[in-house]
Amino acid sequence: MWELIERNKRKSLIVLILMFVLMTAFSGAIGYGIEPNYGFYWGALFGILIWAVQSLVAYFLGDDIVLHFNMAVVVTPESSPQLYNIVEEMKIAAGLAVMPEIYIVQSSGLNAFATGIRPNKTAICVTSGLVENLNRDELQGVIAHEMSHILNRDVLFMTFAGVMLGTITMLSNALLKGTVFANSNRRSSRKKGVGVGGHPAVILILLLLAIFAPILARIFYFTISKKREYLADATAARLTRYPIGLASALDKIAKKSSVSFVSKITAPMFIVNPHFTGSDEDSFFSASTHPPIYKRIAILTQLQHGGTVSLGNYQKLYEKEVEHSQLLSNAVLKADTGEKIRQQSVEKTAPEQAKAVEDIILANTGFKILTCECGLKIKLPPSSMQTEVRCPRCKRGLSAAGGTLGTASEGGETELVFKRMSLTAWESFPCQCGNFTFQLSPLFRGTYVICKRCGAKVKIEYP
Amino acid sequence: MGIIAFLAIFLAVVAACAILLFTLYNKLVGLRNIVRNSWSQIDVQLKRRFDLIPNLVETAKGYMKHENETFVKVTEARAAAMSAINKGDVKEVGAATANLDSSLAKMMLTFENYPELKANQNFMSLQEELSSTENKIAFARQAYNDAVMIYNNAVEMFPTNIIAGMFSFKQSDFFEIEDKSEKQAPKVTF
Repeated sequence: MWELIERNKRKSLIVLILMFVLMTAFSGAIGYGIEPNYGFYWGALFGILIWAVQSLVAYFLGDDIVLHFNMAVVVTPESSPQLYNIVEEMKIAAGLAVMPEIYIVQSSGLNAFATGIRPNKTAICVTSGLVENLNRDELQGVIAHEMSHILNRDVLFMTFAGVMLGTITMLSNALLKGTVFANSNRRSSRKKGVGVGGHPAVILILLLLAIFAPILARIFYFTISKKREYLADATAARLTRYPIGLASALDKIAKKSSVSFVSKITAPMFIVNPHFTGSDEDSFFSASTHPPIYKRIAILTQLQHGGTVSLGNYQKLYEKEVEHSQLLSNAVLKADTGEKIRQQSVEKTAPEQAKAVEDIILANTGFKILTCECGLKIKLPPSSMQTEVRCPRCKRGLSAAGGTLGTASEGGETELVFKRMSLTAWESFPCQCGNFTFQLSPLFRGTYVICKRCGAKVKIEYP
Repeated sequence: MGIIAFLAIFLAVVAACAILLFTLYNKLVGLRNIVRNSWSQIDVQLKRRFDLIPNLVETAKGYMKHENETFVKVTEARAAAMSAINKGDVKEVGAATANLDSSLAKMMLTFENYPELKANQNFMSLQEELSSTENKIAFARQAYNDAVMIYNNAVEMFPTNIIAGMFSFKQSDFFEIEDKSEKQAPKVTF
């Protein structure tokens, strides 16, 4: 696994440099078209500047923007122990140093994506539809696929490459509009010094560049992004030792992958193309960030039947199903001896899970969930100031105040302690800092919870 | 002139050798740290399992009055595995863990006969925790063995083997669970 990252870095760097050269040359050529003396340098500088600004924004704010605009809800171990466990299992398998944050977006579409350009701040985001419709093995496969994107540093690479592609496309659009504009009002535009002028041959070359540079950039970008999808599948299969889990998840997702909140730059980070429209073509020029899903499923299914999951077996199947090219380097293949397929895990029924996801999202957005003795769940919005509510079904009075923190001293050290009253209902209590409310899922059985705001550690005691 | 040129070349060669030495040494240290870190992951999960077992046994006891023998076996296996962990020997931990795995698997099978127990929510939560911990142990073992493989290769292969010999980097043991049929963590089926 570790070698894989090194190898990836080198390969990615070459493609990034190629794209960078293309972008610089293209913007330089535009500059030359406008002003033949120093125009090339100014143009090149301008192109790099656009790219640099966009990249910096993506680097420092990208993840937060994506998550914030999608109203993603953070998942804590105490609110959703099972989802957290699945991610933690994969984090351990991948040997990552830092646990990615987990988010749920409310969407009936089935999809998931990874963000995190910096290795110490990564996140995996799943839609509520995904958690509702997949069983544990399938969910594990999807999480492993996303974890592989983080492990292989795909997010970093695809963001920078995506921004370059965007810059080239933007320049090309501006140039095409500019030249059309310049041709129709040639004199006036020349006087103002905008638009492209000069020798007709220069204009012709620029026009050709304007048409072909974006196509070239797209080819670079999409071939790499497709390869990375296969690579993430291979890594995921190896991590979970259960390729059929991911295959079956892909099959379900393919039927309902469309998600409305995606930008073009983030699209490669999704497990299945979120812009999927129904035509699953596989031509060299196809502008899809993802390989056709039936091929991915075919490889994974055959891998499962092979009995041993190794990167070498995936490489063989990749050559058989897709193309004769090296997906993984020989050094990586040699170092990987493979593992036996593991057994299927047994899972709870889906309807229960669907209900649970709704509660997780509500709890994380500040709702208080009270379970009445008669079995009815009452969900109070965060704006509610009521300290007591009456159950609409059985008219019992329920306290909405939530629990309070206590302290206990053991061996001279004082600890914050919260005593759980019930093991079958959600429980909430505010942290001592007053800025954070803990929401404990009925499934939570951990010994400690940690405040997201002040970092205080609270011991949980059970009845 | 000749002497200066000779000295310059000599110094350059020495510097190049030193740089090579440092990088190879650092690479080995890095790989060894990954192995150690992976081992500590297994350690954490094994300890988490030790914490969970008594809770699960306590909850189950109320429902299963006649299965005392099973519980005793699990408790004994747990104690044996705990002392092995405290010694820190990879091979011994593997053996003790295999024993605990099989007795746990047997206990899980007996749970099948008690539908009331399986419906208990506290039990369900503990079961999720335990089965996830089993998974984590299996995945941590996988990550550890991957790391050991890469580290051992580096210790054996040229040119890092020279440095490994000089600074006594020793090969690490793989974490094998003895019985091949029980190589996978017991699947917790309820």
